[in-house]
Amino acid sequence: MANMGQTFARGIWKDNPVFRLLLGMCPTLAVTTSVVNALGMGLATTFVLVCSNVMISALRNFIPRQVRIPGYVVVIASFVTVVDLVMHAYFFELHRSLGLFIPLIVVNCIILGRAEAFAGRNGVAVSLADGLGMGLGFTLGLAVLGGVREVLGSGSLLGYPLFGPGYPPMLVMILPPGAFLTLGLLLAGMNRLEERRAIRAGEKYEPPREMDCGNCVLCKPLASLAPAPPAAQKSRNSSE
Amino acid sequence: MTLESGTGPDGAPTEPATPVAEPITPRDLIVSASPHVHAGQDVPWIMRQVLLALLPGLLAGLWFFGLGALRVLVLAVAGCLACEWACARLVKRPATLRDYSAVLTGVLLAMNLPSGSPWWLVLIGSAVAIGLGKAVYGGLGYNPFNPALVARVFLLISFPVQMTTWVVPQGPGTALDAATGATPLGAIKEAVGLGRTVADAGAPGLRDLLVGNVGGSFGEVSALALLLGGLWLLWRGVIRWQVPVAFMAATALVTGIAHLADPAHYASPLVHLLGGGLMLGAWFMATDMVTSPVTRRGLLIFGAGCGLLTAVIRLWGGYPEGVSFAILLMNAATPLIDRWTRPRVFGEARKLYREADAA
Repeated sequence: MANMGQTFARGIWKDNPVFRLLLGMCPTLAVTTSVVNALGMGLATTFVLVCSNVMISALRNFIPRQVRIPGYVVVIASFVTVVDLVMHAYFFELHRSLGLFIPLIVVNCIILGRAEAFAGRNGVAVSLADGLGMGLGFTLGLAVLGGVREVLGSGSLLGYPLFGPGYPPMLVMILPPGAFLTLGLLLAGMNRLEERRAIRAGEKYEPPREMDCGNCVLCKPLASLAPAPPAAQKSRNSSE
Repeated sequence: MTLESGTGPDGAPTEPATPVAEPITPRDLIVSASPHVHAGQDVPWIMRQVLLALLPGLLAGLWFFGLGALRVLVLAVAGCLACEWACARLVKRPATLRDYSAVLTGVLLAMNLPSGSPWWLVLIGSAVAIGLGKAVYGGLGYNPFNPALVARVFLLISFPVQMTTWVVPQGPGTALDAATGATPLGAIKEAVGLGRTVADAGAPGLRDLLVGNVGGSFGEVSALALLLGGLWLLWRGVIRWQVPVAFMAATALVTGIAHLADPAHYASPLVHLLGGGLMLGAWFMATDMVTSPVTRRGLLIFGAGCGLLTAVIRLWGGYPEGVSFAILLMNAATPLIDRWTRPRVFGEARKLYREADAA
């Protein structure tokens, strides 16, 4: 039971799909223009993730290794079709605003990733906890992103205006650049928190490899930067 | 350049150069090992030169837009300095307030804003310029895009209404709440968009464009003052001629062809050269040495690309003005241009170089 709890909690924070694994970036960036869209997308993905995790875990001893990926995709696509039709029938407005991104859940790499990395190798109950944790972690990440973007970009939260009519919305935040800016700043903040936690615990902090921190010198202390040539700034000018 | 009375790297006077087939510049003659004579140029020096060169344009803007412009200028510079300090503190680096780079960013940002901008617009712009335009990349020298232009485009996309509410110049007495009107390029674009001709737009004459007696961002209006500053920078050796010349030539070429083909719907290239932010962009923004290519050939490509994109956006794009978008796009292409125009090391065989480059 402790194992299940841990598996569930890992998806929420330590291995959060949005902020730590950087998976499923396409819906993350595209549909988080408002909290409602983000929650809708996150919960739809969670449903597919939980169902496909359970199904694949139950079938893991029957699917031949060589054809497992097509097998997984068929399972995932079936559940996505279910979600697509249900949302079309009962949440028409949400379905329309999410548009193409509902069918695209099929190719969301979190779902195939969890099927391949977890459900295909573990029991049904643990896979359910993993799917739920990952799905809710994804939903949480999307909701945070959608919240920041909706508050800044539309001046409202969950559709309710926050600041009154005098507030000029920062339109760029609900446009594609706003998604990248918000995600980048949130990742930086997350990194900062984790770094501080690691320092307090006396550990050495390594940012996730997916963040490609190897090419950046920003958070390294000045002393650790190799003997930076002090003339670097002006060399272009004076050498001409 | 001649060598009539130069001094060599060791301080001894050189012989007058004899005329040869190919002109030799003094730099070709420096072959000594280090230490070399230092020209005395450093970051604060360069920033101060650019600030000085911006003075005529600034004064022209202050003259035409009065107190409102001064308020925008003070807010932008103060905002940029505060952000620079805060960002340096956040990453525990020494604050680089004294190298004038944040001041320059603030001044350029202010010159790119309408003089009637509300205070929060200027402060958000300062935060974006220093925070998102520079600090997130690691500070001055690491930023791929011109920080002031990043802020301008961010604001233009975010707050299109406030960013295109242009104050009509009324001389030094302009009060804080002044009348608003269209920029020359905006008026032309609107008239042509409604199916009328350029002449119907009622845009100001070339003389007003040259002096700056037109609506627009506070620092972009006076083409003459900006040109003076730019030429001074060129003379001081802070910028090189390739970018502004290629920029203006490309814009003039494209708009000139369009004007010759259909003068009723395309304004003359002179209007495009003197109007909008072209002078400010070509002389002060595109020449930013951090975000432009290194080689001479690269600078020509860079400038021509800026000019081409500016003309295309102005003539056929959705916005009446395209200088900032064009420069940002070419900023993004700068690493690529640097790769393409890497000079061959002396003695290196052409073929080998190609192979090495392809590998």
